Amino acid sequence: MSPRLLDLGDGALTLELSDRIDADLNARVIAARDTLAAMHLDGISDLVPTWRSLTVHFDPLRLNRELLSAHLLQAAQVAPQKSALTTRWLIPVCFGGESGPDLAQVAQATGRSEADVVDALCATELRVFLIGFLPGFPYLGELPPWLHLPRRTTPRTAVPANSLAIAGAQAAIYPWQSPGGWHLLGQTPVRLFDVHDAVRPALLAPGDSVRFTAIDPHEFRRLSFAVAAGDCNRDDWLAQ
Amino acid sequence: MIEVIDCPLPATFQDAGRPGYRHLGVPLSGALDPEWLAIANALVGNPPHTVALEMRLLGPKLRAMEPVTIALAGEFSARIEDASGQSRPAANWRSHTLAAGDLLQIGSLRSGIGYLAARGGFDLPLVLGSRSTYARAGLGGIDGRALRAGDRMKVGAPPGLCSVAGATVISLQLPHAPVLRAAPLRVIPGPQRDCFTDAAWQQFLGSEFTVSREADRMGLRLDGPRLEHARGADIVSDGVTPGAIQVPGDGRPIVLLADCQTVGGYPKIATVIGADLPRLGHALPGQALRFIAVTQAEALAARREAATVLAATVASICTPGPALDLDALYSANLIDGVIDAN
Repeated sequence: MSPRLLDLGDGALTLELSDRIDADLNARVIAARDTLAAMHLDGISDLVPTWRSLTVHFDPLRLNRELLSAHLLQAAQVAPQKSALTTRWLIPVCFGGESGPDLAQVAQATGRSEADVVDALCATELRVFLIGFLPGFPYLGELPPWLHLPRRTTPRTAVPANSLAIAGAQAAIYPWQSPGGWHLLGQTPVRLFDVHDAVRPALLAPGDSVRFTAIDPHEFRRLSFAVAAGDCNRDDWLAQ
Repeated sequence: MIEVIDCPLPATFQDAGRPGYRHLGVPLSGALDPEWLAIANALVGNPPHTVALEMRLLGPKLRAMEPVTIALAGEFSARIEDASGQSRPAANWRSHTLAAGDLLQIGSLRSGIGYLAARGGFDLPLVLGSRSTYARAGLGGIDGRALRAGDRMKVGAPPGLCSVAGATVISLQLPHAPVLRAAPLRVIPGPQRDCFTDAAWQQFLGSEFTVSREADRMGLRLDGPRLEHARGADIVSDGVTPGAIQVPGDGRPIVLLADCQTVGGYPKIATVIGADLPRLGHALPGQALRFIAVTQAEALAARREAATVLAATVASICTPGPALDLDALYSANLIDGVIDAN
C-alpha cells in the first residue's frame, strides 16, 4: 500500500506506511522519523515510531498542518540506510527456575527441550521494533516460527520487573512490574529504563538489535547487585 | 510544609506533563484540565504550568505546618479550621492564606476534578522534565504514587508576604467562576474511522453514552450502544493520544485521557479535539456524553478561542475589595496573633 496520513485528532498526525509487521517497513518508519527530526520543525513535541507508522504530536497553533503533512509524505519516501541496525546489544538472561516460570511449559508446548528453547532464543538476532506499553518496554521480533505461542489464557496480575517474555512472533522485557499475559522465560539484571537519566532514559531504541546470552542464577545475582550499586553502565551491554 | 491528614481517594501532583518522551513509552500525563491548573496557579502568582495537586471526586484533609498561601480551583466545598477549633468556609476560585496549624478540609468535587495550588509550587523532584505523578511506572509526585495520609508536601517558596505583623496579605480572586460547557464533545473522525461500519459511525454520533465506573486518568470506558467493527477489532498497534476513542472487540468505546499509553492496538473511531480535552477530564461515572464531528479548521478555531478565553479569565483575576476580604483579614490576624481585626 502507498503511504497515507491519518488524523489523530487536531494535535497529532499518523503517517501510515503499512498495516503489517515487517522489519523493512519498520526501517522505513525510522528513516522517516530521522528525516523529520533533522528538520527541527517548531511546534513538534513527540515523534513516535511504531511497527508500521510514525505519529507526530504537534501544536497546530504553532505548526501548520498542511505543511507538516507535506513534510511527512516526503519523509515517507526516504530510503533507510543500509546499516539500519544502529546499536547491537548483548543482554544477559537467567533462564528458567524462579526467573522464568514458564520455560518448562513453553518447551512442552513446542515439543522441544528447555535447552532447545534457550538456545534458539540466544541464537536469534532480534530487532527492536517499538518502545511502548510501558516506559522503556521493547517489542522485539521476530522469533523462529516454532516458538510462536498464543498468550496465556489467564494473564498474570504481576509480572516481575526485568522478566523476558514471549508471545506470538515477539519477545519483550518488562522494565517494570506490571500485569501481563506473555510467557515468562527468564530475567535480566540489566536496567532497561533509568528515570534519573533525562537524556537517554531508555536503554534500547527502535532499530537496535538485541541478542540474549544465558547466565546462571549466581551470575544473575552478582550482576543485579552490581547494577543496583551503580557499578554497571549501558556500554557494558553492547555486543562486542 | 503541608501535612496530609487524610486522603481517601487518589490525588496526584500534576503539571504540564512529559512531552518529548512518548517515543520511549512514557505517557504524556499532566493535568487533565490545564486551564484550571493555570487559573489555580495564577491565583497564587505562579506560572501557569507550576505543579499543583489534582484532586478527583473527593478532596483530602490537610494541615498547614507553616504559613502558606494556597488557591482552590474547582466546584467543591472547603473549610478552614484554625488551631482554636474555629471553622470558616474557604471559597473556590480564590487564594487563602493558612496559618501554621490550620486544617483545610475539601469535600466532594462536583466537577470531577479540582486543583489546589500553593504559592511557589510544591518542592518535588523533576523526573524526565516533569513533576507529574505517573503511578504505573512510579514517576513523579511523591515517590511516584498518589497522595496518602502522613505525606508531607514541601511548598516551593516561603509565603513571605504574610508572615510579619502589619504586612499586607496578597489575596486574589477570580470574579466569575469558569463554566464547563455542556455541549457535545467535538471530535475529528479517525484515525481508523474506516474500521467501522457506517451504521456504527451514525450510532456513535447519534447516541448518548454514559461514563462507566471504569474511569481513571488513563481513560473512561463508556456504556451505550456497541459500535460494530467493519472487519475485526485488532490492528497492528499505532500511536494514540489523549482524546482518542478506541473501540475494543466488545464494541464499548474507551476515551483515552492524560495517562494513556503511547501506542494501542484497538481501532480508534474518532479523537476528541484539543479544545475539548479539559472538560473531558472532568467527566464523572454516570455522566452522559455525546459526540459531534468537526473539521480541522473548526478544531483550530476552537483552540484559538480557548486560548483567548483562558487569557481573559486569568487577566480578570483581581484582589477582592477590602470589605469582602474577611478571609485575608482572618488569616493575617491568626498569623500575627492579633485578636482585634480593627
